[in-house]
Amino acid sequence: MPLPLLVPAVVAVAFLVLPLVGLVVRTPWSDLGPQLTSPGVGEALRLSLVSATLATAVSLVLGVPLAWVLARSRIRGRGVLRALVTVPLVLPPVVGGVALFLVLGRQGIVGRWLDEAFGLTIPFTTTAVVIAETFVAMPFLVISVEGALRAADARYEEAAATLGADRWTTFRRVTLPMVAPGVAAGAVLCWARALGEFGATITFAGNFPGTTQTMPLAVYLALQRDPESAIVLSLVLLAVSLATLLLLRGRWLGRAGAAP
Amino acid sequence: MRIRTWGTATVLAAALLTGCGAADGGDAVGGAAGGDGSLGGTLTVFAAASLTDVFTGLGEQLEAEHPGLEVQFTFAGSSTLATQVTQGAPADVFASANPGQMAVVTDAGLADGEPQVFTSNVLEIAVPAGNPADVTGLADFAREELTLAVCAPEVPCGAAAEDVFAAAGVDAVPDTLEEDVRAALTKVELGEVDAALVYATDVVAAGDAVEGIAVAEAEDAVNEYPVCVLTEAPNPEAARAFVDLVLSAEGQAALADAGFRAP
Repeated sequence: MPLPLLVPAVVAVAFLVLPLVGLVVRTPWSDLGPQLTSPGVGEALRLSLVSATLATAVSLVLGVPLAWVLARSRIRGRGVLRALVTVPLVLPPVVGGVALFLVLGRQGIVGRWLDEAFGLTIPFTTTAVVIAETFVAMPFLVISVEGALRAADARYEEAAATLGADRWTTFRRVTLPMVAPGVAAGAVLCWARALGEFGATITFAGNFPGTTQTMPLAVYLALQRDPESAIVLSLVLLAVSLATLLLLRGRWLGRAGAAP
Repeated sequence: MRIRTWGTATVLAAALLTGCGAADGGDAVGGAAGGDGSLGGTLTVFAAASLTDVFTGLGEQLEAEHPGLEVQFTFAGSSTLATQVTQGAPADVFASANPGQMAVVTDAGLADGEPQVFTSNVLEIAVPAGNPADVTGLADFAREELTLAVCAPEVPCGAAAEDVFAAAGVDAVPDTLEEDVRAALTKVELGEVDAALVYATDVVAAGDAVEGIAVAEAEDAVNEYPVCVLTEAPNPEAARAFVDLVLSAEGQAALADAGFRAP
């Protein structure tokens, strides 16, 4: 291996992995059992997994078509559109949470109408958690899928078109299978980002055990009173997310991962 | 070696960091005291977030009186600041929003002398301008149909809120347990909650967007603010001058203007 690549790569690994090692080293292992079995932790973990998975599902349903529009369509102002939909990537999540209030809150542009017409209020519900996570995480999926679409050979789609397939059939039967690894990678990225989401969630959805308190919120609040339990909670979240990602990687990305 | 407890690790880290801090602080101390009693160098104040406006004003005043002096502030939650101080952050003054977090610093032997209580703050009900839900008192926090915010019990304002509800015998049904008092206040300002329990100073700071309703039961849970000069202070003379200013009639008047109470 060439040294100019190897040395920075080793530095990168150390930089990314050492903080995790720090967490593991500081973990009060004797407290692990009681912490894991305390009802609040299970509740927060379950809520985190469910809401991150729902956010990923919503992102897939809406984000893959958006990525297709960005990569394949010839509509005007595509560059502006791409910049706009990736705003949540650079927006501080807390600001994102306030922005969601201004649209979907009780006094928000759309939320006010929802409240008056249907008596529906979104903030401080589990739905708000999913919305906040989707807002922050969907751009990761869109960017990944768009990249995969751009890298994919458009000639296969053209061939399908010459054989009489319409654009929807082409998308379903040719394009989507071709970019499946990109979609899977984007979904994993999106899920991971949603799982770790803090700022937009605590702002827009608030924090209430069982309804809106996800693991990152529980960790943050534990840190205010008892840093040791915060470390244990972080480690639980870390272990569960790593296990899930490794499992999915073997399953979905097996082929892509084995490529030379 | 595996470090077994957080405590040991903290002490180790603090020892390492203060070692570095002392070396870095050398420059600041160099210009600390002029021959004519004027102050110089840099003064670093760690203060609870609720003190932001008042302390910034007092810092500017001290700088005006001592042209060679630069005052730097770090405003954050008291527990965050207490952790940073025990981890060896090179601060001169620590002002906490509650005695508990000050105790973290004094227990670590980092306070120079006994901390002094310089002001206090009391909980109040904040409602959006116009009070759309007709909230009149603590009892409204038991109304299921209202959207209500209270601080999480892990943070000082939440601990105080628990005491107040217990004293009043109110079975509160909040919709959200906020991570800090400003987050609770923001939700009132946006009109997203009908009421929140915040500090009197927050109601003053929010201006016209928020109305305050005094709570008689809150008198049992008055939050005291202690301040101290730190033993590792790189600029102890300036630190002392700042604490004196806070305790002076001028400092107390500035605090009163912001809604704080006398200690």
